[in-house]
Amino acid sequence: MSEKQYTAKDFKSDQYVRWCPGCGDHAVINSLQKAMAELGVAPHDTVVISGIGCSSRLPYYMGTYGFHTIHGRGAAIATGVKTANPALTVWQVTGDGDCMAIGGNHFIHSVRRNVDLNILLMNNKIYGLTKGQYSPTSARGFVSKSSPYGTVEDPFIPAELTLGARGNFFARSIDNDLATSKDVILAAAQHKGASVVEMLVNCVIFNDGVHLCVTDREIRAERTIILRHGEKMIFGKEQNKGLVLDGYKLKAVTIGEDGYTMDDVLVHDAHCKDNSMHFKLAMMGCTGEDDGLPVALGIIRCVDAPTYDECVEAQVEEVKAQKSAHTLREFLLQGETWEVK
Amino acid sequence: MLETTTKVKELEKVVIRFSGDSGDGMQLVGNMFSNLSAFIGNGISTFPDYPAEVRAPKGTLSGVSGFQVHLGAKSVYTPGDKADVLVAMNPAALKVNVNNIKKNAVVIYDTDSFAKSDLDKALFTTADPFEELGLGSVQQVPVPMTTMVKSAVEGTGMDPKAAMKSKNMFALGLVCWLFDRPLERAIRMLENKFGKKPTVLEANIKVLTDGYNYGNNIHASVSTFRIEGHASRPGTYMDVNGNKATALGLVAAAEKSGLPLFLGSYPITPATDILHELAKLKNLNVKTVQAEDEIAGVCTAIGASFAGRLAVTSTSGPGLALKSEAIGLAVMAELPLVIIDVQRGGPSTGLPTKSEQTDLLQALYGRNGESPVVVLSAATPSDCFDMAYMASKIALEHMTPVILLTDAFIANGSSAWRIPEMNEFPEIKPNYVKPEMLEEGWKPYKRDEETKVRYWAVPGMEGFMHRLGGLEKDYNTSAISTGAANHQKMVDTRREKIARVADSIPALEVMGEKDSDLLVVSWGGSFGHVYEAVEEMNAQGKKVAMAHFNYINPLPANAEEILKSYKKVIVCEQNDGQFAGYLRMKIDGLTPLQFNRVEGQPFKVADLVECFTKLLEE
Repeated sequence: MSEKQYTAKDFKSDQYVRWCPGCGDHAVINSLQKAMAELGVAPHDTVVISGIGCSSRLPYYMGTYGFHTIHGRGAAIATGVKTANPALTVWQVTGDGDCMAIGGNHFIHSVRRNVDLNILLMNNKIYGLTKGQYSPTSARGFVSKSSPYGTVEDPFIPAELTLGARGNFFARSIDNDLATSKDVILAAAQHKGASVVEMLVNCVIFNDGVHLCVTDREIRAERTIILRHGEKMIFGKEQNKGLVLDGYKLKAVTIGEDGYTMDDVLVHDAHCKDNSMHFKLAMMGCTGEDDGLPVALGIIRCVDAPTYDECVEAQVEEVKAQKSAHTLREFLLQGETWEVK
Repeated sequence: MLETTTKVKELEKVVIRFSGDSGDGMQLVGNMFSNLSAFIGNGISTFPDYPAEVRAPKGTLSGVSGFQVHLGAKSVYTPGDKADVLVAMNPAALKVNVNNIKKNAVVIYDTDSFAKSDLDKALFTTADPFEELGLGSVQQVPVPMTTMVKSAVEGTGMDPKAAMKSKNMFALGLVCWLFDRPLERAIRMLENKFGKKPTVLEANIKVLTDGYNYGNNIHASVSTFRIEGHASRPGTYMDVNGNKATALGLVAAAEKSGLPLFLGSYPITPATDILHELAKLKNLNVKTVQAEDEIAGVCTAIGASFAGRLAVTSTSGPGLALKSEAIGLAVMAELPLVIIDVQRGGPSTGLPTKSEQTDLLQALYGRNGESPVVVLSAATPSDCFDMAYMASKIALEHMTPVILLTDAFIANGSSAWRIPEMNEFPEIKPNYVKPEMLEEGWKPYKRDEETKVRYWAVPGMEGFMHRLGGLEKDYNTSAISTGAANHQKMVDTRREKIARVADSIPALEVMGEKDSDLLVVSWGGSFGHVYEAVEEMNAQGKKVAMAHFNYINPLPANAEEILKSYKKVIVCEQNDGQFAGYLRMKIDGLTPLQFNRVEGQPFKVADLVECFTKLLEE
């Protein structure tokens, strides 16, 4: 952290932003640059890594160090950057195809290892750069150029995959909700360990309105809930709806109806190590079945755990302290050797 | 049958092969014996020959694991063609080695493991395996090893089943007697190995000593051997195999350049030992990541390189195939990266534990687009140290991926190695940006026009924030570009950058009898066999010259001149002619002859001599 006060402008490059007009990525980069300014890490200590896809063009528009790599491998390259030099703040920008299809293996392993990366997953449920094929997050039956009769496969739900890979930070926001986006992106950066932020992003050309059923301003208050640690999980235009436990399941109720009072509404605990409630919250409204539950936005899970990059560094220091050989020659001369005179 | 007195044979060179079940501990015995011999000043070269299966069914032909060592009064360059002495722990070991031993070889075998049932497992049909294999002229040394080991450990408190694990030490003791090697050093090695398990240590020492005494007492009526040590260059020596030497060479380069070493790797035979070695060396500022797959191995290394480290990935042929796309990214981003390919038999899974030189063209051209990289190879186990050092130096100074080709043969084979002083190695100076460049309008792809090497700015440096990527960039502005003329210029620039590495690599040397009509050419790990063949012919008064290539792309600057100055050129390699074809493409009008074997086994010196002799007679 430096003393200097940064503004979003300090994180912009001189390159013209080339996403389609109306693309949700524009909003995401604005939220990201605002969050970075607030975070206060200098642009020269900040690295943004991406793979391939529309969203992966993002590093070119940043005034930081950046690397636009190859399809799906951003997580592995970011792991290398962060492990090699933990002093850097490392971001990974990825899309649903880049992250969940070709890069699925690297994604789950970077999350499992808990590398201190801030992973921005821009989920528009479509391959945009290759002009409109279904992605691993497209709903069953989705019609696209490569699935003219509809897909016959179930999608990944990024939150489920993250938690299944034993992730310790997951947050979700909508591209055009700048305030929540900035908040969760900042929280992701402040969290030590692999932080996954799923941004529900609109593709205006190939998948326009894919998230409308939750993002439309008319219904958003009824279809989404913004989770805040330590607060009652309430939502709705009138803030009169809440989440309660019904047996093993979550249920949305109206306070004051059916005998439910505010006391019945659950309090969100993002810091709880046990992730079973986080799973339930993350899956709300995402399963493709009508569960009557709002889609959770905000920070669903945020739990502290040792990070890979710091543990690697600590082990190096520990072994250095234990062993007397600190140069190659010293080390070799301690082994099985013989003299020739 | 055998005579009743022991003869001592004074020899220049001798080849010993230890062979048994993969669980018999033959690799350990072979390594210990090589080490003992190197210690008394013998030249050594070793060759472990083990199956891909961890434990094939006991006593079967597929489960035989071997270790061959060549000892010489002077330097030796190969583990030798055929063995003078074979230790066979069971009938299967005898059978698979029938073509690996000399006619009059000494064969020491465990009679307790040569019962009818053992012979059946090795698919013998008669009761006399020697007769059946046509080994009538070998000197048999039958030893009831199992029985002897059982009585050796009586009273040591070791359970008999566990004691059988030390049977290999009986064989080692016997061979030590045969070669007049004192046991003190072997005992010290056992103390290092089993120091924490006193019962096991005591049993092993007892069995080792009994093996030695057994030979001494029976005066086994067999030739014993004496190979004098030779005076090497003064210094401190150790025994290294190629994989270990590779790991150490990388560490040396890291130390010299002042950069921490980073290895991203995924386990693969026969390269995994490089990961093992480096994982141990955290006290030398080494970080290793065992990645989730081969692609992540190279990608974590590319990330570490971007972050300013000496970054390496190690693999074998199938892994190199998986890394291709990422290596292309490092070409495009012009980042330093060392890729070690310990070649094995292919294609596909192929012969994972056997050795070939079949990845040459993959290393040179196995990427999309015009994607030139530096390609180097190592000649011997200890040469792996020097070449790993040079690979790192070139990568860091020329901002390029460098592929170093070793192979299973030199990776697992070992030789004695003089521990160098750090000041024997050239400086390593990466082409970093300088602060004043910011005022001069620095761009990430701005380069030194002399070497074509771009300047390296590392995250954390203030003012040098920049974006790299796999997309083509404009030569001047470093912004994304699809311009036709610019792409041509960038392709030319990347090619020229690699070509100019030739200005800083050693010239090609001619060895052997230079004044000859025949030039024998080799590259990489087949050096030893080709060199011994040429040496043997020169000793017979036959004029043969030799040129060995460690630097493949770019070729040494004088390669064309040398190759064109001989009437006949023959390229010897363990593939179908990849280097020969490459030379034809690179050197206009050159039409070399070829000697190719793709058997997963090293060349036989005798085959090479036969081939070259014919060529001289033509």
